[in-house]
Amino acid sequence: MEKEIVIHADRLTKQFGNFTAVDRISFDVARGEVFGFLGANGAGKTTAMRMLCGLSRPTSGTGTVAGYDIARQHEKIKRNIGYMSQKFSLYEDLKVWENIRLYAGIYGMKDAEIARKTDELLERLDFTRERNTMVKALPLGWKQKLAFSVSIFHDPAIVFLDEPTGGVDPYTRRQFWEMIYEAADRGITVFVTTHYMDEAEYCDRVSIMVDGRIDALDTPRSLKAQFGVHSMEEVFQALARKAERTE
Amino acid sequence: MPAVSVAHIVKRYGKTVALDGVSFEVEKGELFGIIGPDGAGKTTLFRIIATLILADSGTATVDGFDVVRDYKELRKRIGYMPGRFSLYQDLTVEENLSFFAAVFGTTIEENYRLVEGIYKFLEPFRKRRAGKLSGGMKQKLALCCALIHKPDILYLDEPTTGVDPVSRKEFWEMLGKLQQEGITIVVSTPYMDEANLCDRIALIKGGRFLEIDTPQNIRESFSVPLWAVRSDRMHRLLDDVRAFPGVDNCYAFGETHHFTSDAAFDAAKLCDYLHGLGHGDVALCPASATIEDCYMLLARQ
Repeated sequence: MEKEIVIHADRLTKQFGNFTAVDRISFDVARGEVFGFLGANGAGKTTAMRMLCGLSRPTSGTGTVAGYDIARQHEKIKRNIGYMSQKFSLYEDLKVWENIRLYAGIYGMKDAEIARKTDELLERLDFTRERNTMVKALPLGWKQKLAFSVSIFHDPAIVFLDEPTGGVDPYTRRQFWEMIYEAADRGITVFVTTHYMDEAEYCDRVSIMVDGRIDALDTPRSLKAQFGVHSMEEVFQALARKAERTE
Repeated sequence: MPAVSVAHIVKRYGKTVALDGVSFEVEKGELFGIIGPDGAGKTTLFRIIATLILADSGTATVDGFDVVRDYKELRKRIGYMPGRFSLYQDLTVEENLSFFAAVFGTTIEENYRLVEGIYKFLEPFRKRRAGKLSGGMKQKLALCCALIHKPDILYLDEPTTGVDPVSRKEFWEMLGKLQQEGITIVVSTPYMDEANLCDRIALIKGGRFLEIDTPQNIRESFSVPLWAVRSDRMHRLLDDVRAFPGVDNCYAFGETHHFTSDAAFDAAKLCDYLHGLGHGDVALCPASATIEDCYMLLARQ
């Protein structure tokens, strides 16, 4: 069976003046895949991700996300993706249920559906008791789990996760990845950046950006074989050391 | 005399107990790591030993000076790089550095040798406003500003959070050089792999120290059998291993899963069981504990 492609990038490029932040990157991501998007600070990851989310227009090249053109149909894209980062996730001074209500409303979900799915979600997370808790009173690990659940609450085709586990304790970090796997099993494509190299091992495929280009893209196993090393940390060090541009 | 001596420090914010009776000592010239996740109390501890906030109870002396009574004297001897970028965004690189030198009654020239290795990366941007620097450059400037008065002790609160693995490695190389200059360093990090680069570490969780020792001693004192397992279905493998008798705690660990076991565990039977469930390429072997394994075990106890 042919795999359904949900992210397609063809020589995607972004220039700021005469600085090429993203330099002709091309890749496909299949439905339900967990795709790791790695690179050093300043390699161009954030710029590339902004283009894929419909927040920044490419200078040249083309791409589709969830079947929509990233240059012309960015509003459609925004409706069909979820997004979460450590820096921006939930509103601290809204209650748990209010955060869910707010995001679901923004994505145009109906009240009855929101109510039903909110109950389901809180039950699944074992969070029912915290329904009326202010988000700022939750431990960081819980916040991150809730933020992830909210980002896929509207069943998007793709969820973009920008360093979702930074600063989280080792145990919660692993629970978070189990949630990522569950989402992928439900057919949600996961596009994730991380600085934890053990998490690169949990991805189906990994790309590594260096100086705006994608210099490596394969399964973790193949990448390690290709570089003749035993860990993704060593693959990353070998590639990122070549970078010429400082951030 | 230890460089830092902390005894029974407690700090509460309303009902939240940020630090719950923390005690430790840091020797002169030591590189001491405080390892733990966000919200564990690392920043509160730094603020207390940097004389910026008061503990509810307990005592702390740094370089022999009390953090409450002798705070003025102490501030001359401490260099502090907070977790959040706190330089003047609309001063240039050079202006920030000379400002911090002036506050401490010195000049850039006087102590330039100490920051030279780091400042040379910033030299090309010295006329640029600090707010316009990239993340890595801001971090280097903040380190220079914390060092320019030649402190005896350097506090670094999560200097490598959100920094990529290559830049993190470079940063730790810089710390190694500063240690050779005789500076005592107390550094916090949420990255467990960085613990191995410290002379001694404290593992912190929920305002308490779980353990204080050398990284090697902590790894070697892992008290239960630890195994590494893999197969061609890594996600399902987690649930399958968890369901097997004698398996205590199973978690993903990079390209393998790690699990601890008790006396009832039989390794050969696990392999048969996994094959029976359709796992291919099953590999099972004893594993040596890393600091991350130790942290998870201690945090559960």
